[in-house]
Amino acid sequence: MKLWEVTKLIRSKNAGPFELTFDIFFVDQEKFECVKAANLINAQWVSRVYKLPADQVKIMFYPCARAIKVTIPRRVPSGDFLDSDVYGGQQHAPFVELPLPAGICSP
Amino acid sequence: MQEIRVLSATGMLGSGFKPATLKAALERNPHFIGVDSGSTDPGPFYLGSGESMFSEEAYKNDLRLLLIARTQFKIPLIIGSACTAGAKPHLERLKRLALEVAREEKLSFKLAFIHSDQDKEYLVRKLHEGKIRALDNAPDLTETVIHDSAHIVGMAGVEPFIEALGRGADVIIAGRASDTSIFAALPHMEGIPAGIAWHAAKVLECGAACVTHRKYPDCNFAYLRSDHFVIDPPNPDYRCDPESVASHNLYENASPYELIEPGGILDTYDCSYEAISDRAVKVSGSRFRPVDEYTIKLEGSALAGYQTIILGTVRDPVILMQLDSWLKNLFEACEDRIAAMYSNEVKAKYKMQVKIIGRNFTMGVTEPVQTSAHEVGLLFQVVAHTQDLSKSIAKTISHFALHFPVPEWTGLITTLAFPFSPPETSKGPLYRFNMNHVIIPNSPLELFPIEYIRI
Repeated sequence: MKLWEVTKLIRSKNAGPFELTFDIFFVDQEKFECVKAANLINAQWVSRVYKLPADQVKIMFYPCARAIKVTIPRRVPSGDFLDSDVYGGQQHAPFVELPLPAGICSP
Repeated sequence: MQEIRVLSATGMLGSGFKPATLKAALERNPHFIGVDSGSTDPGPFYLGSGESMFSEEAYKNDLRLLLIARTQFKIPLIIGSACTAGAKPHLERLKRLALEVAREEKLSFKLAFIHSDQDKEYLVRKLHEGKIRALDNAPDLTETVIHDSAHIVGMAGVEPFIEALGRGADVIIAGRASDTSIFAALPHMEGIPAGIAWHAAKVLECGAACVTHRKYPDCNFAYLRSDHFVIDPPNPDYRCDPESVASHNLYENASPYELIEPGGILDTYDCSYEAISDRAVKVSGSRFRPVDEYTIKLEGSALAGYQTIILGTVRDPVILMQLDSWLKNLFEACEDRIAAMYSNEVKAKYKMQVKIIGRNFTMGVTEPVQTSAHEVGLLFQVVAHTQDLSKSIAKTISHFALHFPVPEWTGLITTLAFPFSPPETSKGPLYRFNMNHVIIPNSPLELFPIEYIRI
């Protein structure tokens, strides 16, 4: 099972021209709690996948929307010569495909 | 305290809304209509060039409906971040369109313009006084960066709006302003607690974005009271639920709990979101924590050169199996040819790159998936000091790339499929966001001169 199968929405977007933010909304309270408790989305994982120091990764849990938020610096400012995603809207695929280990969120 | 009713026309002026929804929302007797018109999201081009995201026809269509509505109901219309970036050309554009609509529809009102452009000498002075501070991941700010900027704007808080409303403005068109200030100003004046005013403003600023399924841009509506606000979308096809309203705090923000405004922080840690019907949500517990230091965010954009792009595709498996080395050799050959055409000094005047569409294009070095595609797109980009130089270099690249050899094939080959003739497209000026800073002004109004016109 992959992370997206227990979510309603996974998205990425600019948080201003210099930061990128990911929102993961879970289908229900239980799925939110079990992914949170399993510490699946942590600074080390984000750091490894997005190739940046772990201390630059901000992770927040937002129970009132059953959501996890991850914010990282942009590698290149929005719209700069080397940028390929001005809105930052297509950077979330690794979260979508994050495998859920057996036993986590299983019925 | 009286209830304040707020009509948000849409998430961005120019994106449109349903006239029937506007009519339904007006029947709820709003105290004012607010609408945001800008963002940094579409990139640095708009602030740099003075152009706008939408066409003048799009802005004028929305403006006409709103100016007629405000006249009929005798309520203020407040527009912020004019025409995408809120610098002088954007403010001038919206001003001209508003005057055209007023003339065509025979409308009369007192119009206030809030200017957000910042004087460069003033900023340099503030920089030397240590009154400009970098935010996270900010590029270096120097005197040169300030002088090289095409436009620099400050993001206005509620104060200039309150000032203009206090002077009897019927319509306010502001340059760059925080999205929330547009909606928080009048409730502030009417005594709505700051936490309620700012939080409702945050939900309203994106129009109908906080509904469960937003199928198209549309109006939204809120009732602000002394200890809570209710968000109740006026479009019968739309509904909000507690989660959709709470979720909106996440959008385009680094934190859903703390939203930084010029004079303090909207704190939503203790908020509760409660459904009071199948479509309306009551929000309570919003707080505003004032800070000692009043700050205004600065946005700047500078010209970074002129771009030319070339799009081609490769299908030949023999080229695909050595694509990286083929591109590296191609670029070396192009650099030699360009140096021969100009001189060695030309190297400092241009940059070129190629991105492979179908291989790590979107995520670049962070792409975790490494598979080989049966075809790829090649997007060549050149940026140079002038458009002529940029185009000239691109012409060299497209010709070299079209016939660049690989060892396995003997004889002249044609290596790229070009979808266009000519293959090069002048992309015009490239701009760059060059600051992510806040300034500490002497007073909240100092950065935002207001001009009034009676129409």
